[in-house]
Amino acid sequence: MATAHHDEHHPSGIMRWLTTTNHKDIGTLYLVFAFTMALVGGLMSLVIRSELWQPGLQVTDPHFFNQMATVHALVMIFGFVMPAFTGLANWMVPMMIGAPDMALPRLNNWSFWILPFAATLLMLSLFMPGGGPSGGWTIYPPLSVQGGIGTDFALLSIHMLGMSSILGSINIIATILNMRAPGMTLMKMPMFCWGWLITAFLLIASMPVLAGAVTMLITDRHFGTHFFDAAGGGDPVLFQHVFWFFGHPEVYILVLPAFGVFSQIIPTFARKPLFGYVSMVYATATIAFLSFIVWAHHMYTVGMPMGGELFFMYATMLIAVPTGVKIFNWVSTMWRGSMTFETPMLWAIGGVFIFAIGGFSGLMLAITPADFQYHDTYFVVAHFHYVIIGGSVFALFGAVTYWLPKWTGHMYNETLGKWHFWLTMIGFNLTFFPQHFLGLAGMPRRIPDYALQFTEFNQWSTVGAFLTIGAQLIFFYYAIQSMKGGVKATDKVWEGSEGLEWTLPSPPPYHSFTVAPKVK
Amino acid sequence: MSAANGSYYLPNPSPWPVITSAGLFFLALGFILLMNNVGAGPWVMLAGTAIIVYMMFRWFGQVIGESESGTYNSQVDRSFRWSMAWFIFSEVMFFAAFFGALFYVRQWAVDWLGSTELLWPGYDATWPTAGPKGPMPAAADSVPGPNQFSPMGALGIPAINTLILLASGVTVTIAHWGLLKNNRSQLVIWLFLTVALGITFLSLQAYEYAHAYKELGLTLKTGIYGATFFMLTGFHGFHVTMGTIMLIVILGRALKGHFRPDSHFGFEAVAWYWHFVDVVWLFLFIFVYWL
Amino acid sequence: MSMTHLKQFTGMMSRSLLGLSLWLVSGSVFAEYGLNFQKPVTSIGHRVLELHNLILLICVVIFIVVFGVMFYSIYAHRKSKGYKAAKFHDNAKLEVVWTVIPFAILVSMAIPSTATLIEMDDVSKSDLTVKITGYQWKWKYDYPDQDVSFFSTLATPRDQIENKTAKGKDYLLEVDNPVVLPVGKKVRFVVTANDVIHAWWVPALGVKKDAIPGFVNEMWARVDEPGIYRGQCAELCGKDHGYMPIVVQAVSQEEFDKWAALQKDKAAAAEASAGKTWSKDELMEKGKKVYASTCAACHGANGEGVGPFPKMTGSKIATGPVAGHLNIVMKGKTGTAMQAFAGQLNDADIAAVVTFERNSFGNKTGDVVQPSQVKAAR
Ligand code: HEA
Ligand code: HEA
Ligand code: HEC
Ligand code: CUA
Ligand SMILES: [Cu+2]
Repeated sequence: MATAHHDEHHPSGIMRWLTTTNHKDIGTLYLVFAFTMALVGGLMSLVIRSELWQPGLQVTDPHFFNQMATVHALVMIFGFVMPAFTGLANWMVPMMIGAPDMALPRLNNWSFWILPFAATLLMLSLFMPGGGPSGGWTIYPPLSVQGGIGTDFALLSIHMLGMSSILGSINIIATILNMRAPGMTLMKMPMFCWGWLITAFLLIASMPVLAGAVTMLITDRHFGTHFFDAAGGGDPVLFQHVFWFFGHPEVYILVLPAFGVFSQIIPTFARKPLFGYVSMVYATATIAFLSFIVWAHHMYTVGMPMGGELFFMYATMLIAVPTGVKIFNWVSTMWRGSMTFETPMLWAIGGVFIFAIGGFSGLMLAITPADFQYHDTYFVVAHFHYVIIGGSVFALFGAVTYWLPKWTGHMYNETLGKWHFWLTMIGFNLTFFPQHFLGLAGMPRRIPDYALQFTEFNQWSTVGAFLTIGAQLIFFYYAIQSMKGGVKATDKVWEGSEGLEWTLPSPPPYHSFTVAPKVK
Repeated sequence: MSAANGSYYLPNPSPWPVITSAGLFFLALGFILLMNNVGAGPWVMLAGTAIIVYMMFRWFGQVIGESESGTYNSQVDRSFRWSMAWFIFSEVMFFAAFFGALFYVRQWAVDWLGSTELLWPGYDATWPTAGPKGPMPAAADSVPGPNQFSPMGALGIPAINTLILLASGVTVTIAHWGLLKNNRSQLVIWLFLTVALGITFLSLQAYEYAHAYKELGLTLKTGIYGATFFMLTGFHGFHVTMGTIMLIVILGRALKGHFRPDSHFGFEAVAWYWHFVDVVWLFLFIFVYWL
Repeated sequence: MSMTHLKQFTGMMSRSLLGLSLWLVSGSVFAEYGLNFQKPVTSIGHRVLELHNLILLICVVIFIVVFGVMFYSIYAHRKSKGYKAAKFHDNAKLEVVWTVIPFAILVSMAIPSTATLIEMDDVSKSDLTVKITGYQWKWKYDYPDQDVSFFSTLATPRDQIENKTAKGKDYLLEVDNPVVLPVGKKVRFVVTANDVIHAWWVPALGVKKDAIPGFVNEMWARVDEPGIYRGQCAELCGKDHGYMPIVVQAVSQEEFDKWAALQKDKAAAAEASAGKTWSKDELMEKGKKVYASTCAACHGANGEGVGPFPKMTGSKIATGPVAGHLNIVMKGKTGTAMQAFAGQLNDADIAAVVTFERNSFGNKTGDVVQPSQVKAAR
């Protein structure tokens, strides 16, 4: 049979990483980058939490605090979660669909290498005269029109990050649509690939809109346009519409690949096939569709006409239905399975659990009249850390522990894995559960200093944040350990694992499937 | 799937992507400096652009070389097709953001401003407008009085430009037919005509812009009308420029004897792009110039 | 192995149940302990709290049911207990059921929500209008019917914020001039902003609306009980977003009328004093106050500048020609946070603060600027 066309000529050392066109190398680059950014963003969250340890100003000044919150969010979303999932897609999609590599390997390398440069711009912004971007990650004008040169650094960085995402998504779509092994029909494809296929659509449809919003902001700042200036016939709220048309799909971009991960892990450790595969696919697609018609639920207080507020409320509430279907299907997959609870399974169960709490608070936020009370308070902060960390970050840890033995050929240390999970779980809840109460009681978000009655819950939250970040050192340790050596992993790794990736050796060969496997 | 009847194609490691990213970095950095009046800005931008242009020559050159040497199988071809299609879709969404802005202000924001007597007494909220503090609109294409601007009418240059772009869509298709029939001279001649039409379009648009700035009092700063007008037509013009450059490259390749009737993705990609630019223009013509 | 897992999961369950019951209980009983909304004092506020409690309760019940099933399964269907996996993986009927039931629940939530929203939206038949304008970082209140207008800024001393003195009871939630409202009257608020977006929010009143420059939003409230209600700006508006509180003082109609009359007298007195010629000392003294309350947030308590905002010490404008200095203070600079203070400060204030800036922080121009000069520059 035919083999891959390839002259075996590989640079080594740093050049290997700079020039690589291999999906595994690029996947590793993405993951390492994401990890680094998670630490940067995590440190920034510690600055935030330290300042909020007690009322009064102690660690930062208000201007720097705002920069930290803004850059924390940008780094976590664009630098950590999105690249981490793209890294997983790079590693796993070709192996799951029986391909040798991604469809467009050189483009793949480019998608990655834009990221470090974009991140450099973002980090440089903090050192500019007048500081970095400080108008929140939502960069609302007119506030963001006031910012200095640092804001421009951030805006251009967002442009580059967006380009990277679009190129990466194009590649993933081309790979999934075009590189599947014979017999691997779309409806046989693993849920992780489905999650990514739909996410890639979301990205391609929404990132250019963000680019549009950022471009208008830049021209308003420097070229005298009046998009967001009432005196010239524009409207500051226009920006919010364009931004959230991107921003809401963005949150599902963060979570749909995570749902895919849950759908891989849960059947493996329940030793039972995924329940309701077809309805899972449709539910994912429905969520993606709905995500484009709910954006203004972030803008209930801007004073939209009543009809708009009602429409966006109803549409937002509807998302609970397909999301519920997913949760019910996961529960049914576990139901009467033969479950074990290795670290990946703990992350999956814990993730679904935490995500659901965040989902329910999301539903509460969707209720327009009630959102008038919640909006821009810590209740919202609690909501989105529950969905993002429970959904995306827990899924990432689940995915990494699930596939690490496949990648490295060595089992990780199960005891450390469990410690990491439980400490993160406790630390996370300690950080964010009290924030619900803070929000309900009236603490606005994005403030460096607060009234006395909020002190106690903020202190819990700060302790929790330090605990959570501390726990990540364990992860760092055992991940490195498993790369260096340890108990050899079998090809199948887990007793209940199913799918093409487990038919390859651990670690897999350089070109995953040089001969397409046959799928029944 | 193709793997059953052919080999996978996997390119070697390549230095171009990372260097292109560096070029992008300098381009962005230079632009930031330029906007903030730091002297080095234009030079840094120039350096970035030079890197990117050089890399495009090398990178595309390599791809073209591989393509012409028959390295690519039908699977690679399909991957290219999917990616070009989705790239164009992403461009569509970029324009959608600006069209959305236009619809939003025309449909809602301007009305709201007009009904806000408290803040903007006496503001006459009709489109076109440069806002309550901007210059007043005069009749389209007329000579504006002091503190007035004239919006751009649809007849005249915009209508001619519409015909030009529509015609160029036809010419590029005829060139494609020539390629399919392996009639090289048909390919080259009609492709050349397409390029010529593209350049004519751009020249007319440049003239129109000069007219707007010099005689109509219409600039990028002319309130929301000027902003939407110039950003939409400007980005479109930028895409036409890109499309024309791509057509010129394709023309050059056709002259060199590239493309075969059964394998000419490069040609098709450019043709798709050109049609996309064409369709965007139709929307522009209707919503920006006409209505 | 199994015992430890069991322990882990029961631990997880009891933790979450504890959290949940806390959350649940907070919905109704312990409102005053800060686990739920502040006590509402308007009819709208009450309706929103009820709606919130209802939705929260429904969510908690669904949560307990769904995760009850999951944790039961985790407890019962584990390999360590020798449980063998079943083979089923599909059930169309179930899928329909768990699509339709949540949908029905959502409809039942949407009905009261819609009703509440419609009620909130109705600003007609109001007894009084208050115009609220957000500035970086203060609020301006206009009572067009009473012809009263004033600014309201944070009253907490810097020393408390910088942890130099003990913090007062209402730390960060106190202002120099509270908004005064008559109880039992439907007040219509007209909200807008001068520079960037702010949001006016008093939790106990149950209302929040963004203040958007160039546009107006409307909302209403009828306060039932006299008292003092505190809130904060709820939209990031720059450096001192955390320092622009709102204090509402609800009083009887008679007290309200008295208060309004008093405000008018004060304004007239200020107007009168602007006409006279001031001594340098008077100007410096007044200027110091105006600077501290109005300018220091950006330019620093000692003129040293803060973050992106320029310092006053040695500023080319503050030591250059008086006209240029007056111009930037009165007209501001568009596109920056430097506002046009002509509309915010009276002639005497501007004359005083300009005089003060020109002769403080190391600036030694010796110039004295009189209110009449400001008047001429208007
Ligand atoms: C991963 C990211 C993620 C996800 C998945 C979600 C999911 C949801 N979000 Fe969230 N959201 C954010 C990230 C995310 N969000 C962020 C980052 C912000 C703040 C941005 C900013 O301002 O900075 C935000 C803000 C935000 C707001 C604006 C709040 C405000 O500013 O005032 C709203 C309002 O409607 C909202 C709603 C929802 C809803 C309804 C869902 C739904 O998808 C949730 C659906 C899930 C469930 C409901 C649970 C499971 C369902 C069942 C078990 C079925 C049965 C249930 C019922 C019948 C009730 N979100
Ligand atoms: C992905 C998104 C993400 C993540 C992970 C986090 C993580 C954390 N965030 Fe936050 N945050 C946001 C997104 C995120 N955040 C956003 C969008 C805002 C709004 C900003 C704005 O208002 O504009 C915000 C704002 C925000 C605030 C409010 C600021 C304010 O309003 O003033 C606070 C305050 O406590 C906070 C705290 C934290 C803490 C303590 C963590 C901790 O949980 C961090 C602990 C660290 C981890 C959980 C990461 C561990 C991961 C690894 C170690 C890497 C693993 C690597 C691989 C798997 C490859 N964040
Ligand atoms: C919300 C922030 C803010 C407040 C409040 C503020 N300023 Fe400013 N001020 C600025 C900014 C920003 C600039 C810089 C404008 C520019 O870019 O030229 C500035 C510039 C100035 C300058 C010119 C300084 C120079 O050297 O360029 C003077 C003088 C000045 N302000 C005086 C005042 C006075 C007097 C007050 C109070 C009555 C005041 N400012 C309140 C933000 C503020
Ligand atoms: Cu004003 Cu925040
Ligand atoms: Cu949303």
